[in-house]
Amino acid sequence: MNPTNYVILASVLFSIGAIGVLVRRNAIIVFMSVELMLNAANLAFVAFARMNGNLDGQTVAFFVMVVAAAEVVVGLAIIVTVFRTRQSASIDEPNLLKY
Amino acid sequence: MNNFPWLTTIGLIPLIGSVVVMLVPKANGALAKMVALFFSVVTLGAVVVMALQFDANSAEPFQFVESYSWIPAFGINFSLGIDGIALVLIALAATLVPVVILGGWNEAVEAQGSVKGYFALILALETLMIGVFAATDVFLFYVFFEVMLIPVYFMIGRYGGPQRSYAAVKFLIYSLLGGLFMLASLIGLYVVSAQITGTGTFDFTTLVGLDIDPDVQKLLFLGFFFAFAIKAPLWPFHTWLPDAAGQSQPGTSVLLIGVLDKVGTFGMIRYCLEIFPAASTFYAPVVITLAVVGIFYGAFIALKQTDMKRLFAYSSMSHFGFIVLGIFVFTSIGQTGSVIYMVAHGLSTAGLFIAAGYLISRRGGSAQLSSFGGVNKVAPVLAGFFLIAALSSLALPGMVSFIGEFLVLLGTFQQYMWLGALATVGIVITAAYVLRVYQKSMTGPLNPDCAGMKDLNGREITALVPIAALTIILGVFPAPLLNVVNPAVDRVMTTIGATDPAIEVGLAPIDSTVSEGSAE
Amino acid sequence: MTVMPAEGIFSLMWLLIALPLAGAAILLFTGRRSNSWGPYLGVLTVTASAVLGVLMLINMMDLPAEERTISQVAYQWVFVGDFSVDLAFQLDQLSMVFVLLITIVGALIHIYSLGYMSHDPDRRKFFGYLNLFVAAMLLLVLANNYLLLYVGWEGVGLASYLLISFWQYKPSAAAAGKKAFIINRVGDVGLSLAIMLMFVTFGSVNFSDVFGSATNASEGTLTALGLLLLLAAAGKSAQFPLQAWLLDAMEGPTPVSALIHAATMVTAGVYLIARSNVIYNNAEIAATVVVIVALITVFMGAIIGSAKDDIKKALAGSTMSQIGYMMLAVGLGPIGYVFAIFHLLTHGVFKAGLFLGAGSVMHGMNDDVNMRRYGALRGVMVITFITFMAGYLAIIGIPPFSGFWSKDEIIHAAFEQNLFIGLAAVAAAGITGFYMTRMIAMTFFGKKRWEDDVHPHESPKVMTIPLIVLALGSTFLGMALLFWGDIESWLEPVVGFESEPTPLPSSVYIVFTLVVVIIGAIIGWISYGRREVPEVAPAGNWLTRAARKDLYGDAVNHALVVAPTNYAARLLVWFDNKAVDGFVNGSAAVVGGLSGRMRRTQSGFIRTYALSMVGGAVLVIAALVLVRI
Repeated sequence: MNPTNYVILASVLFSIGAIGVLVRRNAIIVFMSVELMLNAANLAFVAFARMNGNLDGQTVAFFVMVVAAAEVVVGLAIIVTVFRTRQSASIDEPNLLKY
Repeated sequence: MNNFPWLTTIGLIPLIGSVVVMLVPKANGALAKMVALFFSVVTLGAVVVMALQFDANSAEPFQFVESYSWIPAFGINFSLGIDGIALVLIALAATLVPVVILGGWNEAVEAQGSVKGYFALILALETLMIGVFAATDVFLFYVFFEVMLIPVYFMIGRYGGPQRSYAAVKFLIYSLLGGLFMLASLIGLYVVSAQITGTGTFDFTTLVGLDIDPDVQKLLFLGFFFAFAIKAPLWPFHTWLPDAAGQSQPGTSVLLIGVLDKVGTFGMIRYCLEIFPAASTFYAPVVITLAVVGIFYGAFIALKQTDMKRLFAYSSMSHFGFIVLGIFVFTSIGQTGSVIYMVAHGLSTAGLFIAAGYLISRRGGSAQLSSFGGVNKVAPVLAGFFLIAALSSLALPGMVSFIGEFLVLLGTFQQYMWLGALATVGIVITAAYVLRVYQKSMTGPLNPDCAGMKDLNGREITALVPIAALTIILGVFPAPLLNVVNPAVDRVMTTIGATDPAIEVGLAPIDSTVSEGSAE
Repeated sequence: MTVMPAEGIFSLMWLLIALPLAGAAILLFTGRRSNSWGPYLGVLTVTASAVLGVLMLINMMDLPAEERTISQVAYQWVFVGDFSVDLAFQLDQLSMVFVLLITIVGALIHIYSLGYMSHDPDRRKFFGYLNLFVAAMLLLVLANNYLLLYVGWEGVGLASYLLISFWQYKPSAAAAGKKAFIINRVGDVGLSLAIMLMFVTFGSVNFSDVFGSATNASEGTLTALGLLLLLAAAGKSAQFPLQAWLLDAMEGPTPVSALIHAATMVTAGVYLIARSNVIYNNAEIAATVVVIVALITVFMGAIIGSAKDDIKKALAGSTMSQIGYMMLAVGLGPIGYVFAIFHLLTHGVFKAGLFLGAGSVMHGMNDDVNMRRYGALRGVMVITFITFMAGYLAIIGIPPFSGFWSKDEIIHAAFEQNLFIGLAAVAAAGITGFYMTRMIAMTFFGKKRWEDDVHPHESPKVMTIPLIVLALGSTFLGMALLFWGDIESWLEPVVGFESEPTPLPSSVYIVFTLVVVIIGAIIGWISYGRREVPEVAPAGNWLTRAARKDLYGDAVNHALVVAPTNYAARLLVWFDNKAVDGFVNGSAAVVGGLSGRMRRTQSGFIRTYALSMVGGAVLVIAALVLVRI
């Protein structure tokens, strides 16, 4: 199959993720959208690795997964803590960190 | 002994002293002061020993040369070396530091910051001052030039008067702004040197030898000059000085105006003139105009100041006008005069600020002229030293400042007769404001608030005696200065391709332009 | 003229200056420790210099006239490029007479001060300053170049400043000292510029070099030099338009007025011009300006002296006027230089005597200076009265007193030059007769007008002996110098001398002058000796009122110089604070204000940040894509 299609798929997934981050208010959904963007990037890396015939992209994909896992740990912990104090998972509500 | 790394040693002594002072237990402020004084005196001794080995008639441009590779990728070396001009300025710095430590013995109070910190900063600053004058690598010079701001920032911002943080920030930002322009020019200079020689360099001697395109010179000159004009300070880049001097402790002011500001005028001779000769000639009329404006501007404003420290700051601005004027008239007399003037101004500033500091501390921190009056009656020794410093400031013949000022004016007169005549009028205003200070503070009926004022004690006198003695001795016998400065200035003149205006000696008929100009 | 190296006693030339300088240093730096013996040391150093000076004179008289210029080089003082100046002294006939005047009159005044200042707690300092003055004045006359002369020139200015404001707890004294220094600085500008112009023109500022090649310079240059030196001389010698400081300078102790502001320092301007005679001989315009300035001052001084009730200020006006005579003489050229110096010497002696006499009177009158409260003192102060009379007869020019010989020669020289200058000089001599008669009439004759608590008495011997010596000088010095000392041929090698015929025989001018002087004296006697002197000064006519205000010298200075300077200074302070610093602080405020606005974009909403990140990423990509295309 033409590897370009994987790249296109990755772009579509990335855009969906980006739009999700921008328009959704629920922190969990935003979080999932971020994951979607990361995985879109992973898909692109793998596709490029295939296209170039080396393993660099594959390696980076693994790094991204590790980073994503670490990010999930920290991010979910923050969301849970925020939810406990505010009884809400909306990301528009905690806006004290300004000016 | 010739291979002994004199400059590194001299630079390191105060730095080690600074560390040792910081290691003294906090409770023991007096010990910290003694240690600081000890190290500063050792430094002075080392400088004297070095100066005695300095060969005034050497054919080499720089002596005591040292060079170590620092950042080879950019052709940056840690290279040091001094000519006669740098030597006298290092000697000035090394002389003033012990004086400041002794005179400012009680300037730092525990309430504002640690006592030992103040003296550690002074010593650290001494290292940097020596470095900035000794550097022969332009990048190294820049590093010292900028790092110097840090100790001064803390000395003003932590130990100064009520408005100290405003003054410190103003000083820092002003200086950093100038420094940034200099950095830009510095990088440009590196690129130009890479284009001409193939490998970029910051080595001063190599840069002087480069034949840089005049248009490029004009741009690069501005960056350096801007930094030096702020430092010097030249009109209209001066407004940080009155605030900084007014808010800082007298000792800080002495080092700030007496030595640090000289880096500006030193940089003009060393870097602006020698690396960019074509640009210097091109901009000379502008610079000279600014200098003459500064002479009168500073003097007129000093006439109306009521705060002693601000008044001295404005008077210094006027004096710096003379120094810059002497540099940019491109006569050997003018330039030598400028260097002598730098030394003289360092001494007179030290005398004035330290004596004023004694006065101010005795009046609970007020520097207002109206707080004083008739002090001569209760503290004649203090008044006497104040008068000597004041007379040195107005360039009384017989004092070293006279030689500096007269040579600057003579050099100017040689090149631009009417401008020289105009600048000479400045000496009247100088006398007016200097004597006004003395009259208001020392003479007249005794101000009741000054009635219990004590005269100077032994420590305070010891701090002022070397200043007064040097002022007079070098005025009567300036040969030690002239011997080392003259060859250095001649070299600068040769580098920039300037020659002194011809003189119609003795029996030869007189130059008609001269006589026509004066006949009116 | 050949310059001889210093040998024999002349190798001690430096000691003339060093002695009083060492005295000053010891007195001023040892502080209270020398309070007891200090004043005597001060007297000793100056006396030693005087003895040394006399020995040198004796030796010099043995030398042939062309070998009397002796030079001693100490070391190279300032050397840069073409500019090289030695610290070197030169003793010639002109310097010699000055050395003697300074040290001998100086020593007498030091001795007098032992008595006059005996009750002053700071008298050690006073003697220190006096010694400093003598050293600086000797340096002024012994320098062999203009730059070193400048050091002495300013040194005497400094000593004068310190001594005028010696009683500095009096605001008027402090202000007077400052005024004297600043006005002198105006003159210094002239001297500085003259030195610079000399260097640019001749490449040297040594007397011998400058004078030797002066004729090669264009007349324009020489005129400029002459005018600049005149400015310097006007400042130091209180000549119009820089005369305003001298009257205020009387705030100083009386011995100071006698030594500095009558006998020596104020005559430095005359010395300067006489020394630079070669320049003036070749610059006719400059010499003419000197004459004009001198004539104005002669009359200003005389008019002021006629109106003042303060005995010291009346004498100060007289000093101005007499120095005007000397300036007039030097302005006349080779026919006058010798007589200017001659009058300078006689005046130095008799005016010092008059001032010290006035000091003696004040000493007995509780330091009152108002002559309207004197009167009839001749009975109680016999020695002071007699010595004062010797000075009086000398200054108005009655033969055979010394002032007659010197003033007569100047008037004669003025007639040689020009009839009008001569008439003006005679008229001023008449006014001199008037005001000096007024002074003695108000002081020593008439009725007692003393305050109740004043008990006039003769001064102690330490004060009267100098008075007697000076009175003898006032009487005989003129004859001695003219007939025995042969002052004309003595000074001729240095300043030149020539004589022009006058249309009438000399005796006519002498008689004419004497008649005018006696008429002036008679008017003075009728107005103040015969008539009762009111204790409160009458309103007087416009000229008297103007003269009491120093002919509005201060008002003119204020309107022309002080007020505009103050105005400019205030304007610049405003400009500096508002415009220059305003710009600096303004740019700081602009940055601050901008950042205040910009931080509003930090809203705290995560999705806003995310949007801007995406927007930024899109922009970057778009840019990359566009550039690629």
